[in-house]
Amino acid sequence: MYDEKKLEEIKMKREDWEKNHREKAIAKFPERKEEFKTSSEIEIKPIYTPEDVKGIDYLEKLGFPGEYPYTRGVQPTMYRGRFWTMRQYAGYGTAEESNKRFKYLLEQGQTGLSVAFDLPTQIGYDSDHPMAEGEVGKVGVAIDSLYDMEILFDGIPLDKVSTSMTINAPAAILLAMYIAVAEKQGVSPDKLNGTIQNDILKEYVARGTYIFPTGPSMRLITNIFEYCSKYVPKWNTISISGYHMREAGATAVQEVAFTLANAIAYVDAAIKAGLDVDEFAPRISFFFSAHNDLFEEVAKFRAARRMWAKIMKERFGAKDPRSMMMRFHTQTAGSTLTAQQPDNNIIRVTIQALAAVLGGTQSLHTNSRDEALALPTEDSVRIALRTQQIIAYESGVCDTPDPLAGSYYVEYLTDEIEKRAFEYIKKIDELGGAVKAIDLGYMQREIQESAYRYQMEIESGKRIIVGLNKFQMEEEPPKNLLKVDPQVEIVQREKIKKVKEMRDNARVEKALKALKKAAEGDDNLMPWILDAVREYATLGEITDVLRSVFGEYQQQIIF
Amino acid sequence: MERPIRVLVAKPGLDGHDRGAKVIARALRDAGMEVIYTGLRQTPEQIVEAAIQEDVDVVALSILSGAHNTLFPKITKLLKERGAEDILVIGGGVIPEEDIPFLKEHGIAEIFTPGTPTSAVIEYIKANVKRLAKK
Amino acid sequence: MMELEKLLLNRDKRAIARAITYAEDDEEKAREIIRKLYKRSGNAYIVGITGPPGVGKSTLTDRLVKNLVEEGKKIGIIAVDPTSPFTGGSILGDRIRMQDLTTHPNVYIRSMGTRGHLGGLSKGTYMAVRILDIAGMDYVFVETVGVGQSEVDIIKIADTVVMVLAPGLGDDIQAIKAGIMEIADVFVVNKSDREGADKTVLELNMMLDLDMPKEWRPPVVKAVAQEGKGIGEVLEKIHSHKEYLISSGQLEERRKNRIKMEITESVKNKLMKDVFAKMGNEEFDQKIQKVMAKEIDPYTVAEALYRQILERRE
Repeated sequence: MYDEKKLEEIKMKREDWEKNHREKAIAKFPERKEEFKTSSEIEIKPIYTPEDVKGIDYLEKLGFPGEYPYTRGVQPTMYRGRFWTMRQYAGYGTAEESNKRFKYLLEQGQTGLSVAFDLPTQIGYDSDHPMAEGEVGKVGVAIDSLYDMEILFDGIPLDKVSTSMTINAPAAILLAMYIAVAEKQGVSPDKLNGTIQNDILKEYVARGTYIFPTGPSMRLITNIFEYCSKYVPKWNTISISGYHMREAGATAVQEVAFTLANAIAYVDAAIKAGLDVDEFAPRISFFFSAHNDLFEEVAKFRAARRMWAKIMKERFGAKDPRSMMMRFHTQTAGSTLTAQQPDNNIIRVTIQALAAVLGGTQSLHTNSRDEALALPTEDSVRIALRTQQIIAYESGVCDTPDPLAGSYYVEYLTDEIEKRAFEYIKKIDELGGAVKAIDLGYMQREIQESAYRYQMEIESGKRIIVGLNKFQMEEEPPKNLLKVDPQVEIVQREKIKKVKEMRDNARVEKALKALKKAAEGDDNLMPWILDAVREYATLGEITDVLRSVFGEYQQQIIF
Repeated sequence: MERPIRVLVAKPGLDGHDRGAKVIARALRDAGMEVIYTGLRQTPEQIVEAAIQEDVDVVALSILSGAHNTLFPKITKLLKERGAEDILVIGGGVIPEEDIPFLKEHGIAEIFTPGTPTSAVIEYIKANVKRLAKK
Repeated sequence: MMELEKLLLNRDKRAIARAITYAEDDEEKAREIIRKLYKRSGNAYIVGITGPPGVGKSTLTDRLVKNLVEEGKKIGIIAVDPTSPFTGGSILGDRIRMQDLTTHPNVYIRSMGTRGHLGGLSKGTYMAVRILDIAGMDYVFVETVGVGQSEVDIIKIADTVVMVLAPGLGDDIQAIKAGIMEIADVFVVNKSDREGADKTVLELNMMLDLDMPKEWRPPVVKAVAQEGKGIGEVLEKIHSHKEYLISSGQLEERRKNRIKMEITESVKNKLMKDVFAKMGNEEFDQKIQKVMAKEIDPYTVAEALYRQILERRE
């Protein structure tokens, strides 16, 4: 961007500034810290100048919004056209209660639904399973059969909303239930819009709601890719997530690197299963965290987009531009919220949300101030949503795409993150790919190291968290936290009983047997699961059939 | 030689958020303790059985799913039934302040909420372990 | 004390646990229990499971034990992991892979840190095995990390040593050859569904065939413990090694050696305790100063210390 002569001059002047100005200033007033670093341990220089971006070819590395390599965003107009989708993750208790919350959020101007499921649902246990004790309806809604799903979306036309479901190991079953509800509403599958998370690899690495071993899990995922490319073409079949790895302690670089390494594994598996890359890749979406380090986060999003475009084009030979566009959802980082002085969390969330918007996110969930304490109350959820609306309508940051482009610092960080993340990917390739690396516990260990370092930085006072290790104060314990009614467990159990009485059990039996046979062979399992779901086979019954064929995953931990 | 304090770090419930449990396990190790780590999705029965077989001084529970009011008291009850109430039981995770009195009534000695430094947990264990580390 | 002994003989898990704690903490009570109940020992068959980290030792142990408990066998498992020499702490994570066995009535699992003891075992392991033996276990499995010559103590404790390897550890085979090849009675190539398994098996067999001809040629078995593959065969080889030991008189020989070793270890421990006790005082510090000042040499100090301890004992 600059000619050699100019750069030489800048260099001279900078060196002069360092000697005659900076050092003198430091001699009088030392800097706040010995060394300045981002969360990913990228050292921050005293000043950034054109020298730091001299290697960046604008057209090759940045280009224009909506054009390869998409560094500046995936749409040509970005938020000048339309804001991101404001999507708050919600759901708790019974399907009835969650249905009410959904309707409330839609009335408040939310533009898409995001369903949280309780842990038994996520791990494939019915509410009456002994392992479900104490967990039913706690962190999300309990879904045991199609009956619950019908209640969850009662009065919500599925051809009019887009629904994101945070479901992984049993994603095929919940997607089948969603399709079956749509059928009952008279909506054909090709009209359905939404996303399933369906990202099992990060479950092994960080989030922990896995069921089956890696092999059969990868099969289920490719089955979904294939089925949806034919029958549910508008559905986002996977949301490859860095969020949970970041929450588990990963740095920004690790978040990008491990997410893309997992993505490579999914694309590899699908190609191996005989799918054409441009057939399924346009439906791949991503899910990242927005953390506190504003500039590093913006750089992270930009780097991730550029890397994905490159990977799809160069590594997988994709031709369709949509295969190369990284579209992603962002959630503000829950692990940065403090239980102390919870109102401070509103400000943290604001900064993080700003990072996501400056980074060009397609949809955003802002956390509520009380999430370090319990599930958010309705008031807190509203403030979180308003935060997004204020950024969108009042801050002015949405009026030009990628407004931080050209900042020496941000461009430098973008490059640096890309470089470091590609180094990780290279290492994972050498280990035999993401699935093998996970089986070896490699990513788990790297993340654990970062988490421990972060914690020790806080405890040593090297890292300041306002209200936690500085500016503390005496506080009254917070009041008005949301409590899940313990009755939920009983209500769900009764519903299961009722469903089992009402359905045609002989037909259920038949459907489950057919599913088992299919699982033992090589068939795409989606149609068989859909059949069982339509007969009101429960989530637990279907999962048990698959467990009996596939076995269960065993956790890999290396200290 | 001083006998190390033995601690079982366990995750009851179904949530997979083991960042806290792992950080604590490492911090306790670095403080010279012997940590027995049992992994995710432990039932109260498994936790109590492991605590007995490992003859630990402390059971440290971590939970973020919200099922603490059901699972923690079950663990202390089973320990009592096995005559192992001398084991110090502590808990941590996303636990609302208002649940703490209930949990303490049910034999959980202390609850550590988010933001507690690991050093506070270490100090607490050293000060309160019942079977004292001896020469 | 009487109560503990009675419970121990009934295989009460809490009693076993407490007795092993005494052993680990080197308390007199542990020796007292063994002294009183020694007649009851000698019935358990001791299997050592060793190999480099990450080859799936715990999973293999888990599967072997699951097969044995189905036959109604009673089993004790001791899993030893290294203690950090810097902090004295350790994280013992082998139970993660044996979760289903935790609540089995006929299985007892104990994790131990090496607590500064070299050789791959902890000082308490020897006595812990005895205690499980006394408690009436049919088998005691001892799992240790074994990667080099410094970690071969498992041979001193086990009747049959199973060496677990996995494909893709290419360079490690050299290390193993150099160090612990000799101690294995059965080789298991675990994770054999991975690339390179056949090569590992071949290399092992070649190495074994190059060795001096022996009465017992250690077999090499392929397994995928995670999927339960090859478990039956590993057990079979353990059994046939046991038969060989009995028919050749080697079992008696091994056990005789073990008793010798137990006695030596015990003496060594007692002496070491005295030595350390002597080293903590001011008088000793002064001697060090003298050595530093070249007034005296370290060997003379050692000799004097040794004589002091002996004299006091006499």
